[in-house]
Amino acid sequence: MTDGLQEVFRREASRCTATLIRVLGDIDLAEDAVAEAFTIAAERWPKTGIPPNPGGWITTTARNRAIDRLRRESTRGERHLAAHRLHTDSMDPDHNPQLDRLDDFVDVVEDDQLRLMFLCAHPALAADAQVALILRLLAGLETGEIARSFMVPEATMAQRIVRAKRKLHDNHVSYRIPRAAELPDRLAAVLAAIYLIYTEGHTATSGQNLTRTDLSREAVRLGRTLVELMPDEPEAIGLLALMLLSESRRPARRNPDGTMVRLADQDRSRWNKALIIEGHQLVRACLRSHQPGPFQVQAAIAAVHADAPTAEATDWAQIIALYDQLYSLRPHPVVALNRSVAVAELHGPAEGLAALAAIAAGTLDTYQPYHAARADLLARAGRRHEALGAYDRAIELTTNAVERAFLVRQRAAL
Amino acid sequence: MPQYLISVWHDDTFEVDFSTPDAQRLAAQVDAFNNNLQQAGAWVFAAGLHPASSATVVRSSGGEVSMTDGPYAETKEQMGGFWIIEAADLDGALEWAAKAAAACEGPVEVRPAQG
Repeated sequence: MTDGLQEVFRREASRCTATLIRVLGDIDLAEDAVAEAFTIAAERWPKTGIPPNPGGWITTTARNRAIDRLRRESTRGERHLAAHRLHTDSMDPDHNPQLDRLDDFVDVVEDDQLRLMFLCAHPALAADAQVALILRLLAGLETGEIARSFMVPEATMAQRIVRAKRKLHDNHVSYRIPRAAELPDRLAAVLAAIYLIYTEGHTATSGQNLTRTDLSREAVRLGRTLVELMPDEPEAIGLLALMLLSESRRPARRNPDGTMVRLADQDRSRWNKALIIEGHQLVRACLRSHQPGPFQVQAAIAAVHADAPTAEATDWAQIIALYDQLYSLRPHPVVALNRSVAVAELHGPAEGLAALAAIAAGTLDTYQPYHAARADLLARAGRRHEALGAYDRAIELTTNAVERAFLVRQRAAL
Repeated sequence: MPQYLISVWHDDTFEVDFSTPDAQRLAAQVDAFNNNLQQAGAWVFAAGLHPASSATVVRSSGGEVSMTDGPYAETKEQMGGFWIIEAADLDGALEWAAKAAAACEGPVEVRPAQG
């Protein structure tokens, strides 16, 4: 694809697919039709130039192609055409003087993308299937790209996507925005899936590189789309702020040789100021709604870190208070773990270790960051022998090569 | 309208003694849920089942019929009862399923019927 077409594809593919799923009532049919329309565009646009409303052109062309195909496959076609009352008079997007009206013709609804988000993150789907569908249908990634991002064979990822689509189809899942009563739960699923994509990109769970920028970038893009679609949802804004503030630290997270740098040791002059400013604005915007939620509180914690000119100057008391608030919203042992680390910064490693010990025994036994944090606090408390044991356990549990190298270095420094 | 199977699952040793207050509470809850389903027009069919140990497996192969004692799936969890309901879509079925799980105080499984 040419650069121009590539750009149109990134921007418009998911919007077109989202609309076509509603018009055609079938995910596969919609995907095929949009792909076909882009193939036609790739042939035509280098000669004719990109039309003024490329999204409308693609959507209309895809719709026309789908209708042609349904007519050819008559039994299935009759049912679809009847069920969805598609206009069977086709419209040629190349010979329409008012291209903007094409959107009216195919009835593009901004909410289509939102419908698609709720469909992909339906709680009846497993988390890995939700993530795969979102990347495929909303981020427009090829199955092979998604498979590489998650380090699974392409056939495995293809099967995961096929199964997920089939489950939605067989279960007659409606293409709709959830009602007010069910919205909080369903929105939480959408947010969790986007954040899962972000964290997978931020610290790859396996492989040689610490981060996979593509996934993080897609997650941020999806987060922006969600905020555009639901501008009044404080948790959606909180999620975007959290991702932007985490992204702001990306340039400082690695040494030139690719090794990992802890937050405390990062060169803060390398943090991305523009992202910090935007993140702060979003945190303030969502806090104004006075409907606190887990993503907003996590974003506020990231904002406190971003505010500190040095690690020592961090307002740890504020961070502990925010972790307390987060724990009251989401009483999860990982939250208690992070709080313990903040306690150690404010009151010393002994207090931090006491807070760690208060976490329900065994709940974090297979969680690598728990052992890494405990090892660090033990080392700072002068309990070298126990620290070595905790590092061993952390090293045993990590699946990321860069993280492992960092832990091995920390252990060797004891 | 799409139809869904809502099945109730529990341990294969589970047995209801209807003389106990617990069982009577469950029965009352399930009765109320059944009435709800019928009033809403979502009811198709439902039944509670005798324990899995009462099951017989029948096989037919080349005109030969064989029978064996016991449930087909030799798993710890067995189906204890089920509803067939009608709902507009999965979300509608899941709403009924949530009420079913509350009524029988245990997990239920939702599966779409073909057709």
